[in-house]
Amino acid sequence: MSAFSAIGEDDERDRNEYTPGLEPQPTWCPGCGDFGVLKALKGAAAELGLSPEEMLVSTGIGCSGKLNSYFDSYGFHTIHGRSLPIARAAKLSNPGLTVIAAGGDGDGYGIGGNHFMHTARENHDMTYIVFNNEIFGLTKGQTSPTSPKGHKSKTQPHGSAKDPIRPLSLSLNAGASYIARTAAVNPNQAKDIIVEAIEHDGFSHVDFLTQCPTWNKDAKQYVPYIDVNDSEDYEFDNTSRSEASDMMFETENALHEGTVLTGRYYVDDRPSYQQEKQRIGEIPDEPLAERYFDDDYEWERVYDTFLDKHK
Amino acid sequence: MTDNELIWRIAGGSGDGIDSTSQNFAKALMWSGLNVFTHRHYPSRIRGGHTYVEVRAKDEPVQSRGDGYNFLLALGDSFARNPQEEAYYGKEELKPLYENFDDLREGGVLLYDEGLLDEEDVDEIGLEEAAEENNWHVVPMDLRGIAKEHGREIMRNTAGIGATAAILDISTDEFEKLIKQNMSGDMQEANLNVLEDAYEAASELDIDHDIEVPEGSHDEEQVILSGSNAISYGAIDEGCRFISGYPMTPWTDVFTIMSQHLPEFGGISEQVEDEIAAAALALGASHAGVKAMSGSSGGGFALMSEPLGLAEMTETPIVLVEAMRAGPSTGMPTKPEQADLEHVLYTSQGDSHRVVFAPAGAEEAYRQTRRAFQIAYEYQIPSIVLYDQKNGGELQNVPASVFDEEPNPDLGSVVTEAELADAPHDASGKYNRFQHDVEDGVSPRSIPGQEGGRYLATGNEHMPAGHISEDPDNRVSQVDRRTQKMEAIRADLDTDEGTNAHYGPADAQYGIMTFGSQQGTVEEAVDELNDRGHSVKSLGVSELAPYPVEEVTEFIESVDEVLVVEMNASAQFRGLTQKELGRFGEKLSSLLKYNGNPFEPAEIVDGFVTSIVEDGTLPGHETKFVPAASD
Repeated sequence: MSAFSAIGEDDERDRNEYTPGLEPQPTWCPGCGDFGVLKALKGAAAELGLSPEEMLVSTGIGCSGKLNSYFDSYGFHTIHGRSLPIARAAKLSNPGLTVIAAGGDGDGYGIGGNHFMHTARENHDMTYIVFNNEIFGLTKGQTSPTSPKGHKSKTQPHGSAKDPIRPLSLSLNAGASYIARTAAVNPNQAKDIIVEAIEHDGFSHVDFLTQCPTWNKDAKQYVPYIDVNDSEDYEFDNTSRSEASDMMFETENALHEGTVLTGRYYVDDRPSYQQEKQRIGEIPDEPLAERYFDDDYEWERVYDTFLDKHK
Repeated sequence: MTDNELIWRIAGGSGDGIDSTSQNFAKALMWSGLNVFTHRHYPSRIRGGHTYVEVRAKDEPVQSRGDGYNFLLALGDSFARNPQEEAYYGKEELKPLYENFDDLREGGVLLYDEGLLDEEDVDEIGLEEAAEENNWHVVPMDLRGIAKEHGREIMRNTAGIGATAAILDISTDEFEKLIKQNMSGDMQEANLNVLEDAYEAASELDIDHDIEVPEGSHDEEQVILSGSNAISYGAIDEGCRFISGYPMTPWTDVFTIMSQHLPEFGGISEQVEDEIAAAALALGASHAGVKAMSGSSGGGFALMSEPLGLAEMTETPIVLVEAMRAGPSTGMPTKPEQADLEHVLYTSQGDSHRVVFAPAGAEEAYRQTRRAFQIAYEYQIPSIVLYDQKNGGELQNVPASVFDEEPNPDLGSVVTEAELADAPHDASGKYNRFQHDVEDGVSPRSIPGQEGGRYLATGNEHMPAGHISEDPDNRVSQVDRRTQKMEAIRADLDTDEGTNAHYGPADAQYGIMTFGSQQGTVEEAVDELNDRGHSVKSLGVSELAPYPVEEVTEFIESVDEVLVVEMNASAQFRGLTQKELGRFGEKLSSLLKYNGNPFEPAEIVDGFVTSIVEDGTLPGHETKFVPAASD
């Protein structure tokens, strides 16, 4: 019998089950795009019938890091940039968990960039939502890795001399197997994408445009948006790496020219890291976490196994 | 003078098989009934560069390298570079010979491979004069020639062992047994022939020397292993089934051993992008209900500061091992030092709490690693096992029965789903995982996936259910509770017997204190000092945080003066002791060494005699007194 009875059959769920009963209430600014992520995640979890207690939401630092304060499940509010390594180990330890990692653009594409690259490369079976508002919000409006070139802020008084990160292209090259962009002003698409991302077996990366009405007033509100999968103006096959790459490049350029393109950019069915590691015998068949609650498990010890080689 | 111990040094180039040959030699001597202890010296290079290993063998227990050595097998560096004599790094090919002149005892034997080392070259380095001066027995043999006759050149190591056995008059039976155990077919036959031929050739030389290899016997079955083995085995027996890491010398040994064995036991090993990720993964695994560890050496451990602090704040159990090497920065990657003590004690911001063990030898490493896991999981706190390149890599024999202990997979302070049903929850239905008033400050944790156990773990200060809060009353309660755990851990550790090692006569007049890997060497020095009529005892401290204040206070109060021995330049252990005890400044002085080589017993003997008994002038420049003894 499982020691984790929250993990299992999907039930009928209401999106309000993921809202804390009393507090905390969100402290994001009015009009903040982060509300859109919270709403989309609640909708997706309900649609998938996930129990709040079979979900682990691991976040970084910043406004986005508060996601698991306001989403009622198991949560790990980690440190700046480190939500991914913590999340992926939890998933390896107990694959029954639905693991979501989330953070801002500074968190994921700046300080945690190395973890992003490697988690994508390894193709861990989890979902990573990056709140991309093209600014550092909680520290009051500094230029971030996704801020457009020329962006002026108190720390970049003459405008940033740097080209912004290309989040989608970076993700594709690093090895993510599901890559999408959505926007907070686009709740239905956002929910659908998160559902797909969670269901996908492998590393799903959702670049989620979240407007910052306080510190990025000049920036677009990410409307009107265009869904590249639906629009007749854009035609590409999102299972083709090269076509996906071109579409991403165009999308990243368009954002800074005022056109908000969103959609599913790349879907690849390569095996997840868990599957690869299991294939070579480096991950147990039963979730490792269960073993510590199994009174009948016969724990091995060195004395009985390989101490002889030292004799 | 007759040496009643053998200290056999095999020297050659990195990549010449020096390490594996020395391991075989040590194992064969252990089988013959002797106690063995090895000391490794190697460069940070893949191929070439002078490397040596000493194998010390006695009939009595041996816990340290010796004073110098008495038998050199110099194989030459077959990967040598820098052919010019004027080269900054010297003539590498000959280094395995001339770099070992200093420590070879008077009357020692020097066997070298004239098949690789040119006679003319050897003349130039002054071997003849040095040999005459020190009464060495120089034995040139064409070991390479013997090897090539039966097999391949690399078998000159086997030839060297055969010749050693003949010169020392020890049986080749155990060596033959090892060759038969490790090899098969033509390889086995060729090596056996090389061994026999070299033995016969050396026997004919009839070398007359004073080294008497003692005979010994063991009361019980022995195993030969390193501190890195023992740390890994302690972790495995304590139910650790997850390790994450990034390669770095010398921590890589533990990472390698664990990675090789964990899959057999249904465990997981993850080699990841950097040490921040390494520690964070171990944290994530532990959070999800698995006993997990990570580790590194100084520079890599620096990257772990962040996750270490997160583990403290979220009270997530984790065990980290830190294998010290000479610093700062990249320092000397393959040389031991004990200068990361303050680094592991204090890295990471805020009022942080962690447990630090520093085992001395293999047996302590096994037991204390197990204890580190128990404390970490019971008290939900990071435990660090601090060791170094010396005790991580040196081999010694210990009774096999040391490892005949029950496995312990206990996750410590966790709740089950049944317990969660009756446990306190907050108004939103979250489990109060960080309750204020709990025994020993430990509030049991739930594991993701458990029904009724959801909570928020956060690096921010938080309320009982994990909600982020800056409320002053809650803040004080949580800080006090986390701090309180250290007192409870101290009391818990005080119930253990003999973790900190007391050695020598209890009523001695003087004391020597040390920590970690230098303990065995200090104890040998204590024996020697007492034999010479001095009255000295020692204390090897293994528990560095929480510090064993009472035990150390009693020790210091019981003697007139204490010499504190450690391998660093800033007297970190003495500083810690004075900080924790808040007194005894006048009573403690330091003997320090930081040239990349661990202490020899004689250096501690000399240090003690000159600082405590005489005027404080040290004979060499390898060690140093702080404060200067003339003060």
